[in-house]
Amino acid sequence: MSGQVKAGYARALDIKRGRVDLSHGGGGRAMVQLVRELFARHLGNTWLEQGNDGTVLPPISGRLVLTTDSHVVAPLFFPGGDIGSLAVHGTVNDLAVMGARPLWLTAGFILEEGFPLGDLDRIAASMARACAAAGVLLVAGDTKVVEHGKGDGVFITTTGVGEAHPHCTLSGSAARPGDVVLLSGTLGDHGMAIMSQRENLGFDTPIESDSAALHGLTARLMACAGADIRLMRDPTRGGLAATMNEIADQSGVGVLLDEAAIPLRPEVAAACELLGLDPLNVANEGKLVLVCAEQAATALLATMRAHPLGRAAARIGGITTDANHFVQMRTQLGGCRMVDWLSGEQLPRIC
Amino acid sequence: MKYIDEYRDSALAQHIAAAIRNAASPARIYRFMEFCGGHTHAIARYGLPDLLPDNVHMIHGPGCPVCVLPIGRIDMAIELALRHHAIVCTYADTLRVPASDGRSLLRARAQGGDVRMVYSVADALKIARNNPGEAVVFFAIGFETTTPPTAVAIRQARAEGLKNFSVLCCHVLTPSAIINILESPEVRVLGTVPLDGFIGPAHVSTVIGSRPYDFFAEEYRKPVVIAGFEPLDVMQAILMLVRQVNEGRAEVENEFTRAVTSGGNEKAQKLVSEVFELRRSFEWRGLGEVPYSALKIRSHYDEFDAERRFDLEYKPVPDNKACECGAILRGVKKPTDCKIFGTVCTPENPMGSCMVSSEGACAAHYSYGRHKHAEVPA
Ligand code: SF4
Repeated sequence: MSGQVKAGYARALDIKRGRVDLSHGGGGRAMVQLVRELFARHLGNTWLEQGNDGTVLPPISGRLVLTTDSHVVAPLFFPGGDIGSLAVHGTVNDLAVMGARPLWLTAGFILEEGFPLGDLDRIAASMARACAAAGVLLVAGDTKVVEHGKGDGVFITTTGVGEAHPHCTLSGSAARPGDVVLLSGTLGDHGMAIMSQRENLGFDTPIESDSAALHGLTARLMACAGADIRLMRDPTRGGLAATMNEIADQSGVGVLLDEAAIPLRPEVAAACELLGLDPLNVANEGKLVLVCAEQAATALLATMRAHPLGRAAARIGGITTDANHFVQMRTQLGGCRMVDWLSGEQLPRIC
Repeated sequence: MKYIDEYRDSALAQHIAAAIRNAASPARIYRFMEFCGGHTHAIARYGLPDLLPDNVHMIHGPGCPVCVLPIGRIDMAIELALRHHAIVCTYADTLRVPASDGRSLLRARAQGGDVRMVYSVADALKIARNNPGEAVVFFAIGFETTTPPTAVAIRQARAEGLKNFSVLCCHVLTPSAIINILESPEVRVLGTVPLDGFIGPAHVSTVIGSRPYDFFAEEYRKPVVIAGFEPLDVMQAILMLVRQVNEGRAEVENEFTRAVTSGGNEKAQKLVSEVFELRRSFEWRGLGEVPYSALKIRSHYDEFDAERRFDLEYKPVPDNKACECGAILRGVKKPTDCKIFGTVCTPENPMGSCMVSSEGACAAHYSYGRHKHAEVPA
């Protein structure tokens, strides 16, 4: 990512009033200028500045963990975050729940012609802050521009590389009957923060997204009782319901949740009620689901609660034997019901 | 989960459950129909059948607005989007309702139709204001609760001179549907659906009041308890119905005193009658043509009536042959009686309307209750 535009020769990018145009994706000088004056200003580091078609990275001793995630959230800016921080957290968390230490990220941007450079600048700055906080470096990037009306502002795809914990065997298929399910905090905050911002919703509640990088929390949990942790997941799209169904399917077990134990903010509950949504289906971007052996549950829960991202953590259920791999929940009223995957497209463009 | 706790208190629920167990005579079976999809959903979501004694059965009624829409009405909305290139605004649930030839509004959208998901008719008005060059149609469905907002929107459109806005009116009426069920041969003559009483719809009743139910409580000798959508409301209503049956009463009682009055909301009723009039007949999925059971837009507001504006014609289309939605909406069959329940027909690939909305009997049973009847796989 370097260029031939000499400083002082070209007019500087007008970040305040300028807009993305087709030349910013054209591979010419305008593109180089955008990369240099906007992206590199926030995200620059020695790896990125190699400026070759690929970045050569140093060897690492452990196994590699690789993940990728695209972000299409609307609106781009929301209480508690924006598409930039979300794109970093989303990928860092996918590495973290694999028990890996996040190292490097790459980012691909699809920009829509006409998108304000000022907004893009805010997004790049926010990504830089999120990367710094998570201790990861952005080591490669790409930008493409599509015609006006063919995109929606910005789409960002991030790919992450991490180093696996030496003896880590975390896997979605590792849950066993008798295991315990822990949740690191309240459900549905991200999804409802986005929904409350969409202009066509009649409510205006101060719900903030929980978007956060979980690698610090997961590292502590691994250190506390890594051998007893069967698996970790971040319940994003589809919420806790989708995550638990995935685990049940992959591990060939059943799950029994306890509704009364599941933490939920009153304002999120009220918003869900208004929209007819089940908080169990709503997306989270900074929550952790952990399945562990019974013997380690108390210690792991205490470790979660001692971490700023796990203050409201709770033991929310257990793994059962069930040939149908059903996820069930004892309701607040003492009845029992299934917790199914979300069907359909209740909440598009949530992350 | 701690919210709206007053109506979801576990100890109180156990208390009412015990009272129902005590009151229900072991010598008989009690069969109550919850009219409303909101109740169907609450019963399934909170696992209420687990709290009821074995001889108290809940039968799902036809009060799910998405479920009762016949195929022909969805076809009309698809035609608006694809042939007339209108922006069709609709609730998320109607997007997936199967129409004829394997179509749906969601598929029409993928084919290039401009179909937008909205949360209220006010959103549709906003879309009309923002797209002055395009025809915007609101696909209006629902019972009496959703009718006043549609009336308000039509008046607002006229006041603003919004020329590109119109409504495909599919609003239906609760009392006519209940009477239709009570008049059906299954209930009256054959006795295949021995109904002992109804849970009446709370939200609808805040608009129309409890008075309309007096007629069929008296005429058909069936107790009615109007109840809210909170699970404890439903439990309380079941207890009140059991007591009425035991005492041989057939009265309209109101569990939902929080908001329902005998006369209802007269202001809303006046507004509705200014904009809408009764349709001579309307086809319901499951119930067939039901006389005077739906509303249409008065000729005074002609220009906002999408049916007239686009010269749409209603063509009845028979349901998928295997689908038992009709019988389920009449309370004659249960979702599990349908041969393709949970196999060919699932929420991801619904064959009938009852599998679409979370208020639909099949979807509610599939999503919340199918563990109870699941066979253990070999
Ligand atoms: S399971 Fe599907 S096909 Fe069968 S009655 Fe229900 S909606 Fe109709």
